[in-house]
Amino acid sequence: MKYKLHINGQVHQVEATPEMPLLWVLRDELGMVGTKFACGAGLCGACTVHVNGNAQRSCQTPVGAVRDAKITTIEHIGETAVGAKLQDAWLKVDVMQCGYCQAGQIMSAAALLAHTPRPSVEQINTAMAGNICRCACYNRIQTAIQIAAGMHEDPNHVV
Amino acid sequence: MLSEAINRRTLLKTAFVAGGGLALEAIIPLPVWAREAAAVPATLSAFVSIAPDGIVTIVSKNPEIGQGIKTSLPMMIAEELDCAWSQVRIEQADADAKRYGPQVAGGSTATPTNWLPMRQAGAAARAMLVQAAATQWNVSTEEVTTSRGRIFHEGSGRSLGYGEVASRAAGLPVPEVNTLRLKDPQQFTIIGQSVVGIDSPKIVKGKPIFGIDTRLPGMLYAVYEVAPVPGGRLLSADIEAARNAPGVKHVIPLTGNGDADQGLADGVAVVATNWWLANQARKQLQVKWDLPAAQGHSSETYQSKAEAAFGAGAGEELRRDGDPSAQMTSAVRRVKARYQYPFIAHAPMEPQNCTALYKDDKLEVWAPTQAPGGGLNMIQKALGVDPGNVTLHLTRMGGGFGRRLMNDFMVQAAAVAKAIPGTPIKLLWSREDDMRRDYYRPGGWHDFEAGLDADGKLRVFTDHFVTFSTDGKPARAADMGVSMIPAGLVAHLRYGRSMIPTVLRTGPLRAPGSNALCFVSQSFLDEVAVAAGTDLPRLMLSMLDGERREIKPRDGRGPPFDTGRARDVIEKVLQTSDWARKPQQSNRAKGFGFYFCHQGYFAEVVEASVTDGNIAVHRVWVAGDVGSQIVNPMGAENQVKGAIIDGLAQALAGQEIKVVEGVVQNSNLHDFPLARIGTTPQIEIAWVKSEKPPTGLGEPALPPVIPALTNAIFAITGNRIRSLPVQLKTA
Repeated sequence: MKYKLHINGQVHQVEATPEMPLLWVLRDELGMVGTKFACGAGLCGACTVHVNGNAQRSCQTPVGAVRDAKITTIEHIGETAVGAKLQDAWLKVDVMQCGYCQAGQIMSAAALLAHTPRPSVEQINTAMAGNICRCACYNRIQTAIQIAAGMHEDPNHVV
Repeated sequence: MLSEAINRRTLLKTAFVAGGGLALEAIIPLPVWAREAAAVPATLSAFVSIAPDGIVTIVSKNPEIGQGIKTSLPMMIAEELDCAWSQVRIEQADADAKRYGPQVAGGSTATPTNWLPMRQAGAAARAMLVQAAATQWNVSTEEVTTSRGRIFHEGSGRSLGYGEVASRAAGLPVPEVNTLRLKDPQQFTIIGQSVVGIDSPKIVKGKPIFGIDTRLPGMLYAVYEVAPVPGGRLLSADIEAARNAPGVKHVIPLTGNGDADQGLADGVAVVATNWWLANQARKQLQVKWDLPAAQGHSSETYQSKAEAAFGAGAGEELRRDGDPSAQMTSAVRRVKARYQYPFIAHAPMEPQNCTALYKDDKLEVWAPTQAPGGGLNMIQKALGVDPGNVTLHLTRMGGGFGRRLMNDFMVQAAAVAKAIPGTPIKLLWSREDDMRRDYYRPGGWHDFEAGLDADGKLRVFTDHFVTFSTDGKPARAADMGVSMIPAGLVAHLRYGRSMIPTVLRTGPLRAPGSNALCFVSQSFLDEVAVAAGTDLPRLMLSMLDGERREIKPRDGRGPPFDTGRARDVIEKVLQTSDWARKPQQSNRAKGFGFYFCHQGYFAEVVEASVTDGNIAVHRVWVAGDVGSQIVNPMGAENQVKGAIIDGLAQALAGQEIKVVEGVVQNSNLHDFPLARIGTTPQIEIAWVKSEKPPTGLGEPALPPVIPALTNAIFAITGNRIRSLPVQLKTA
């Protein structure tokens, strides 16, 4: 099947079986490898993208179901105001250790802030519950989201 | 090569660089302890260059797995070079042991191995730049100072950037290493500062820097089906259906070299234009395996074998101090308990993968590996490709925790690529593959007994350890160090060992050995402390009392145990956690744990609660001594917090690999759960800075948190946790 996908403000034509998860269309058909594979079962959130502004697991999203929905990935989230603030905040506290899950974390956080601009720690924990960080950088994820939301003082750091 | 200076210890070389500038290589003998661990070669090298535009390029030679080494080792060079961190660019080295020395991410060894040599390399480059400027100005080097990549002559007010004198410096003789002056730590401007990870800006933008992100023109994607029990041989494979599946280009049965642990396992590769298509097609393979005899290799059978071993005696003696049996008989009070822990998986977020291209009898490999040298050996052994014909690029890794010290994925990718010359192949495991083909942290059982004096002093301590074996020897990472605390602190002691054969592959997992031994020994010592009418930190302090001493390991392996450093971290955490003050709520309590491993001393206190059978961890206090200097506090704090949460997840998340007839039953993150954000406690870290050189932080903070938690659970509920993962007894 041929599909026209609206990804990051551009139209991409791909040929794929309808069941192929969006994750593998992004990674192996379009070469957009920022979106990560980790469990393939919707358990960890590493593959999170935005579908019409909502956080969605791309490993559980068949390409045939995407139709003309607007897809945003980590490669493009910095073009949005919230995304750029999150990326800055992530660097201010240097959230990551291995960094592998962070694309999914930032995508989930961006969807959270789009709907809840000033989230409490409880709201952060609820929104981010589906995103596993195996290195367990969770304290810093909480802090970075609050910095991006303008709720937290910037820590000192060297860049 | 323009010049070199040799002294007894270190060799410095300059090299010519196209476009000018200074390039310096420092070749430094490894410390003796690191030499033993690393086999060959016995040196390591540091590379630093300064371009005419002032850009400082530092080669990062060690694999980056999230431990921050790609940032922290260059910080050491940049510090003594005395440049600004913003001038520094970092290049990831390929695997080349002859050129770089040991390139391993494991054992928390990189910091202590590199602390002095990296700084010497930076200091040597600085000395040459200073000499070049002094010569140009016709002044003495004594009159010249440096700061943030510039050279100053205060007398005349002149200054030059490093880049401006780099080419001139390259023509100078290299300094003698023993003439190099290293900075007083008070003068540090980079070491000790919080520096953002060098790859972090790329990570937040989703740039392709991980192994799994490797893409090459014409690349195909592969999965590799292997037998459900390690060592299974391929009898036959019906591959027609898979071959005709959408996107599939090749289906290739491969016969391995008969070594399922350190070689190529038999298997069937499915190669397609898209990884998902390859993985779908794989389901249509009909493979017949000749499985190794795995009867009795089940979790339940292992349990009964361990109990039988306990019934059969005290095990082969590993260590005996004093006269433990007589002392036990005459002890005023005896405490006995059995402890156990399960096999667990590493489950790094990035599943095992590797990209390879075989062309013109040469192999090019892009691998997320913690131990590149091991992978090259496997490729040579299993595929007959000489390491000299392999170019191995080291990619960033999405975690490892010890899993990527093993290179089975690398030899598989190389084998598939060799079968399809000229086509780059990216081999990727599914999460299920990753979960079922791990080198697991081995399970184990301990039968402890302690004997107390009339005054409650610990007089005698014994342990019968039941562990797993392969070919009659302790399985990898399954042995017990004879220095397990409290060895050396109790006059009469016996450690014995029995073994049960296993068909599972085992291997080191973050703080190997210690992650389990600390749980069992510190929990049992907590029982001893309660029986003695005291608490665990006081019991530990009483054993560490007296004149500060260094206890050398009985088997001569590893660093000595410094009772003073141990005491200092324990006292520190009692103070930061306000240990004496008990939580007000009756369902809350604090627990304590201490351990020494990977040269680091850690004491930790957990405050937990139990509500309707639900355990919650609220706060964790950490006191750690990893030497005189925290290189990158931002990275160090992250390592410690990650280790704490990792340890808590081992205890509380339900992590347990279950095996039936040699087949691992777990499959994904629903039946092998990892920590999630909602369980994150508040973690407070206090560094105790001793005068010792800095040591590694990837591992030693993990072990104590587990007994600190289980001891807290006991304090709340009276329910002694003697088995992991934690399960509360229902009333």
